[in-house]
Order: sequence, then C-alpha cells, then structure tokens
Amino acid sequence: MSETVWRVWARRAALAPGAVYALIVLSLVFGVFTAQFLTLHNLTNVGMQGSVLIIVSLGMTLIILTEGIDLSLGPVLGLAGVVLALCVKQQMGLPLAILLAILAGAAFGALNGVLITRLGLPPFVVTLGSFGMAQGLALVLTQGSSIAGLGPAVQYFYDGRILGIQVPIVMTAITFLVVYIILYHTKFGTYVFAIGGNQEALSLAGVRTRLYKTGVYVLGGILASVAALVMTARMNGAHPTVGVGLEFDAIVSVILGGTSFERGRGWLGGTIIGALAVSVLRNGLNLIGLSTSWQVTAVGMVIILAIVVDGLRGI
Amino acid sequence: MSQFWLSLLSRVVAIILLVVVLSLVSSGFLSVQNLINIVRQASLLFILSSGLTVVILTAGIDLSIVSVLALSACVAANFIQQGWIWGGSLIGLAIGAGCGLLNGLMVALVGLPPFIATYGMYWIAEGFAQVFMQGQIIFGFPGGFRVLGAGYVAGVPVPILVMVVVLVACFFVLQRTNFGRYVYVIGANREAARLSGINIRGNLLLVYSLSGLISAFAGLVYISRINAVESTIGEPLLLPAIAVVCIGGTSLFGGEGGIGGTLVGALILTLVTNGMNLLNVSPYWQWFVMGAIVVLSVAIDQLGSAKVGGA
Repeated sequence: MSETVWRVWARRAALAPGAVYALIVLSLVFGVFTAQFLTLHNLTNVGMQGSVLIIVSLGMTLIILTEGIDLSLGPVLGLAGVVLALCVKQQMGLPLAILLAILAGAAFGALNGVLITRLGLPPFVVTLGSFGMAQGLALVLTQGSSIAGLGPAVQYFYDGRILGIQVPIVMTAITFLVVYIILYHTKFGTYVFAIGGNQEALSLAGVRTRLYKTGVYVLGGILASVAALVMTARMNGAHPTVGVGLEFDAIVSVILGGTSFERGRGWLGGTIIGALAVSVLRNGLNLIGLSTSWQVTAVGMVIILAIVVDGLRGI
Repeated sequence: MSQFWLSLLSRVVAIILLVVVLSLVSSGFLSVQNLINIVRQASLLFILSSGLTVVILTAGIDLSIVSVLALSACVAANFIQQGWIWGGSLIGLAIGAGCGLLNGLMVALVGLPPFIATYGMYWIAEGFAQVFMQGQIIFGFPGGFRVLGAGYVAGVPVPILVMVVVLVACFFVLQRTNFGRYVYVIGANREAARLSGINIRGNLLLVYSLSGLISAFAGLVYISRINAVESTIGEPLLLPAIAVVCIGGTSLFGGEGGIGGTLVGALILTLVTNGMNLLNVSPYWQWFVMGAIVVLSVAIDQLGSAKVGGA
C-alpha cells in the first residue's frame, strides 16, 4: 500500500509545473550561498517587488490560455504609470488619476483584442505594433524624462499597510482572487479555457468567441495598469521605459507556472509560483552581486529551458 | 502571383506620392545629398530585413535579429578595433549564424512557436552583449573596415552596392534554387511540404541560421558606418525591420511575398522617417508611428486578401 501512495505522489511530482521545482531549487541555492536571502525582511522584499510581476502575469495567463500573446503589456504598464503621474502632477484627484490610467491600459487592450479577433491578425505582430505605440505615447507625454515626487498619497500603494500587511501584497491577493473567480467561476472563464482548446468548435456552438477573446486582452491591459500603480508608488514617480522587458518576465512566469501555449492547458496558481520563482531568481542574483546584464541573460535562458522542457513533456 | 504584383505596384505608387509630398513640404528633400542619404539608410534596413523576409516566408518570425546584430557587432568590434579586420568580422558572422542555428534548433527540432523561441534568444543575446560591453562604447575602427559602411566605389556608397548584391543573391536563392522553392512551400502548406518529402527541419535550420548570419552582416555594415558600437545599438531597429517586411507585402502567414517587396518597404519606411526628421517631428513620435505602421500595413493586407477571398 505504501508503494501505491509513493507512486501517486511520484506521478503528481512529475506533473507539477516547472515553477515548483525552480522555486524550491532557487530558494535552496540562494539560501545556502547568501546569508541574507532567507531572512523575513528579504522574503518580504521579494514578495513586494514580485507583486508588480505577479499582477501582470495573471493577465498574461488568460491571454496565453486563449493561445494568444501580449508583447505590449510592458510598455502599456509604462504608459499607464506616466498617465497616472501626469494626472497627479496636474492636481487631479487620485481616484480620477487611477481611473484614467486604467482606462489607458484598457484602451490598448481593446485595440489589441479588436485587431486580433476582427481581422484575424497574429497576436504577436499586433501587440508588437502596440508595443511601439504605447512606448511612443509614453515618451511623447514625458519628453523622454522621468516624473518624480508624487507625494505620500501615491506612495501609500507601496509603503502603506492594511491590517499590518503591506499594500502591494494585499493588492496582489485581491487581484488573484478576482481573476481566480473570473477564470474558474464564471461563464467567461469557462470560455477562456474553451477558446484555447478549440475556438472553431466554440464559435460553431454559437459562443461569441471574439467578444470573450477581446475581453481577455482588455483585462490584461487593466491589470497592467493596476501593476503600474504599484510600480509608480514604489518609485514615487514614473519613467516612460520602466515597463520594457516586464512582458518578457511575465511570459516566463506563465510558462514556468505550467500554462501551455497550446490546447488551453493551464493553472492560475502556477503563475504565482512562476512569478515568485522569477522574482527569487532576480533577487538572489542581486544578492550574489551578479550584474543586471547577466540577469537578463540568465532569465532568457530560464525561459528557453522552461519552454523546451514544457514542449518535450507535453508531447 | 498577379495579386502580389498588384500590391507591389500600389506600394511603388506610395513611394512616388511620398517623394512628391516631401519635396513640396521640405525644400531640403530633393537635394542629391539627402536622396543618397535616404538610400543609404534604407540599405541597412533592407539588409537586416532580407533574412527576416526569408524567415517570414516560412510562416515563422525572428524577433532576435536586432540583439543578435548587437551581440555579433560588439564582439567583432572588439577584434576589429585592434586591427583584426577579417578575423573579427568572421567571428561576428559566426556568432550570428550560431545564434540563428540555436533559434532553428528550438523551432525545427523542439517545435517551439518561432516568436517565443526567438524572443528568448532576443534577451539572451541582449544580455551577453551587455555583459561583454559592460556599458562601454567601442569607437574608431581602422580605415580598411570603414570602407564597408562609409566608403565609395565609383561615386556610389558601398552600403548601396552591398544592398544590390544582397538583393540579387536573395532573389536568385528564392526564385532559382530548390531551397527557395522549399521556403515558399513550407510557408504556404507545411503538411503538403512534409508529404512531398521536403526536409522541413533541415531547411528551417538553414533559414534561421541564414537570418542570424545576415543580422550579423547588417551589424558589421552598421558599425562600420557609424564608426562606433554599444550594446544597445540594435534595440531601435526591431520594429522598423518587421515594419519593412510587412509594408513589403510579405504575408506573416507565410508562403506569399518576396525580397522585392522588402526593398520597396525599406524605401517607404526610410522616406517616412526622413520626412519626419525634415519636418522636425519629435523622435519620440517615431516609436508611435513605427508601431502604427506595423499594425496598419498588416491590417490593410489582411482586409485586402479577405475581400479577394470572399468574392
């Protein structure tokens, strides 16, 4: 009997997404090789810095589940941050500023979604185009420079605490809950999985797949704006190119978390573990003293490794 | 095929319109110096996009071209500056081909979606370039090397001659060799290609290696022209390179288009950029315009073909 139990667990372990192993191995390695890694202070840091990535990755998960991709999420985050900062600087109320930032993200999501679903264009080209447009708008609005000093009201979203817990962590938890409910407990979520599985069949069954698919990109844009709020609060300012490359980390997190580019296979919880693994990787490489240049290379290799393993295992 | 020539014709008309409008709006436009400048700028874009065109013809994509360009240019520059012109150039080309080969392995053997495999390679090469350069700039190359980007032969800038050579070579390979035919078939209908016994994996490996090799070559021309290199030189080129192929009418779904369209695309895009410079448009708008051009040209092509298909 003990042998069967062992086998069940072995099978479960073999099926667990790569992120679980990556997180365990990376934590062990950094815990052994650096004194600071396994301190409560540093782990809280990882969680807070990782919150931006987790929030973006949650949106990216849904997009990838529909067999899409959004390369524009990084620059859209940058643009949303710029909009937020500019509005705050114009003495607009913070709620209105946040609303406008979210609208900017949603607008780019809608643009992506409509072009992809109505014209049948490949997602990576459309979102590469909007990558340029969002980047351009952020640069034009700021003339290429930073906007600094937004004041304590904005900083609250990074430094503040709710019931003793840091605000970014609370926001991440709420975002996860919302996306979880959307994905697993609504019709919308069921269709997201189904679109990835077989969009053709779903359309023939009379489901408005284009509408739902567009909704996925809009949600991705909105979540990028929410992440921009945390990012802007952390920097107490905005910079037009701050988001570039984040879309890449988000893709890595989603893939590591076990969501596949094909067949609508995926798991929302895995994305959180994947994003934490990427955050731990960056944090640990920092602690070891590896330059950001090497980090770029290291994360690039992790994604290739993760997808190759995913591809080989999924056959 | 006739539809392809029709769309090519419409693009030539677009060039003529752009030239007329720009010469009316800006007095400096029609000077010989400015026109030579335009073609010379277009030549770099064309060379970089020519390898990408072949990749896209197979229904693939190579997002890594610009960081492969940067990485190979940085390493090559290190040797070239010390006087090893040929050795350094060959090392650069080898690095480019090697990165391309890795892309090919991921796409053809592992079966990864091309955009994700090459996007991973984008960051790997970018990271290595940054590590190699440590934020430094290498500048001041020997005169022998500078001929490639800044020299003249019989009054014609060398990059333009290089562009013509690449154009003829690509045209010959795509239209007159078995490999060229396989590229089109693989892009148009992979299943049919497989059933007719075409070695898809081998040809894809070759296509992606070629793309890396050409990127490295474009990098050599580029750094020879500007006489300096840093790790980020490639970054601003990705959107224009893809835009050039899209404007040129090569279908992102593969099997349709060709190298001639890419030449036209490079000229159109350079005219637009040149026009924005002459009109003093903020360089920050250029990002936006590039992005919009990519989306628009793909969308227009798709709308056009959808109508033809529906009729």
